[in-house]
Amino acid sequence: MLDADFFRRWMAATAVSVDREAERLTALDSPIGDADHGSNLRRGFTAVTATLEKEAPDTPGGVLTLAGRQLISTVGGASGPLYGTLLRRTGKALGDAAEVSGEEFASALRTGVQAVMTLGGAVPGDKTMIDALVPAVDALDDSFAAARAAAEQGALATTPLQARKGRASYLGERSIGHQDPGATSSALLIAALAEAGGE
Amino acid sequence: MKMLINVPETVVADALRGMAAAHPELTVDVENRVIVRRDAPVAGKVALVSGGGSGHEPLHGGFVGPGMLSAACPGEVFTSPVPDQMVRAAAAVDSGAGVLFIVKNYTGDVLNFDMAAELAEDEGIQVAKVLVNDDVAVTDSLYTAGRRGTGATLFVEKIAGAAAEAGMPLERVESLARQVNENSRSFGVALSACTTPAKGSPTFDLPPGELELGIGIHGEPGRERRAMMTSGEIADFAVNAVLEDLDPRNPVLALVNGMGATPLLELYGFSAEVQRVLTARGVAVARTLVGNYVTSLDMAGASVTLCQIDEETLGLWDAPVKTPGLRWGM
Repeated sequence: MLDADFFRRWMAATAVSVDREAERLTALDSPIGDADHGSNLRRGFTAVTATLEKEAPDTPGGVLTLAGRQLISTVGGASGPLYGTLLRRTGKALGDAAEVSGEEFASALRTGVQAVMTLGGAVPGDKTMIDALVPAVDALDDSFAAARAAAEQGALATTPLQARKGRASYLGERSIGHQDPGATSSALLIAALAEAGGE
Repeated sequence: MKMLINVPETVVADALRGMAAAHPELTVDVENRVIVRRDAPVAGKVALVSGGGSGHEPLHGGFVGPGMLSAACPGEVFTSPVPDQMVRAAAAVDSGAGVLFIVKNYTGDVLNFDMAAELAEDEGIQVAKVLVNDDVAVTDSLYTAGRRGTGATLFVEKIAGAAAEAGMPLERVESLARQVNENSRSFGVALSACTTPAKGSPTFDLPPGELELGIGIHGEPGRERRAMMTSGEIADFAVNAVLEDLDPRNPVLALVNGMGATPLLELYGFSAEVQRVLTARGVAVARTLVGNYVTSLDMAGASVTLCQIDEETLGLWDAPVKTPGLRWGM
């Protein structure tokens, strides 16, 4: 079973890896975006860490809903509403249970990913965060490690794609050959699950 | 890259502190990042709120004041502001006559303003939204995020601002804003990339002998790269690109806009070439504005925006305006 502490560890591990990888995310965002993905997410997850410490929500749903709201209020750009909605809707789907099963979490995360697709209008293959998140959710029933591998594979697989959503889509064919920064940060988020679970 | 800054993290806050000191006619909330005209809310009048990433100055904060925006929300550099800022701005300026959100068509701006509109409506504020998408360099299709909002934002903010100042109701201000956007098209070129404070180096590599055609205003590369052209050749290319998508039967407003690092000397020369092409294409120019208005940090280059006008919109364009970035008639 997964308790509020697990979800706090997930957010903390995400904050650490986003901080560590911020320069790489920003570098990926330069040729096909506007060179700020790493700094924006770093600002967001730093604020998430602070607010979770301050407000100390005691349910899994409470942790993720608060984290999502904080991202929406802090990050801006497209990634603020998109990552914020992912966590907030996943958290809402978890309700107010003190503990949730792996299956319940996988189902809630699927709800969150679907909310992101509705909000941003992206589908798999558009060269967005969805390309890492959808395979990760599909693999989540096996293990966090399997989800991590699937997300990383999904992020790598965005390289040959032509972007159809977001700022990279303005480049048309010139977006081909670059790994998508949003899919890459999504893979970090999923990898942090494995860390939080001790895998 | 050398920059006149302290540290990248405080660039926006530092600029807002400077605006607060230089413009006592504005209320600048540095902590919450909202710039409001000091006399807001203005009784009985519709309020205009815009915003977007920083780095495009004077857009949007420099266009706050009588005759134009009621409030602006600056985000981080090239990053949309957050819904909290827009809701705070709407609450500060709403007189009860409603608020028009003017949103440039970028995924982040659209998502954040959508969320803000919902929240503001929950607080009992009547909100209308108009999307600015004038950049012909982006094909508007299912396979892109749609045309970007660039130079036409200035036309929309000025003309809708004059309509609001004249006491027109929200539906009318909104439909005028929409009309101005639909009648505007832009095309931009870059002679150099720009450098964001966070990255500290140019966002893309542009060799000395080349220029980038069809750029946006966020340092994102354009659609095509060519060997450097003369001002006249660039004007031919840009104006023809705009006129492929806009067939003005009426006179136009012309904005010859610098991207930030191109001197006015060059911009006026470029403007002369733009006029030459427009004359040759049989397009009458009612008014021309030349300068750095919708910029992209330290990018060198320019954009051309044309807006087909009628008697009413020309009158609203000529109406008095008093903002840090645009001022005439008062």
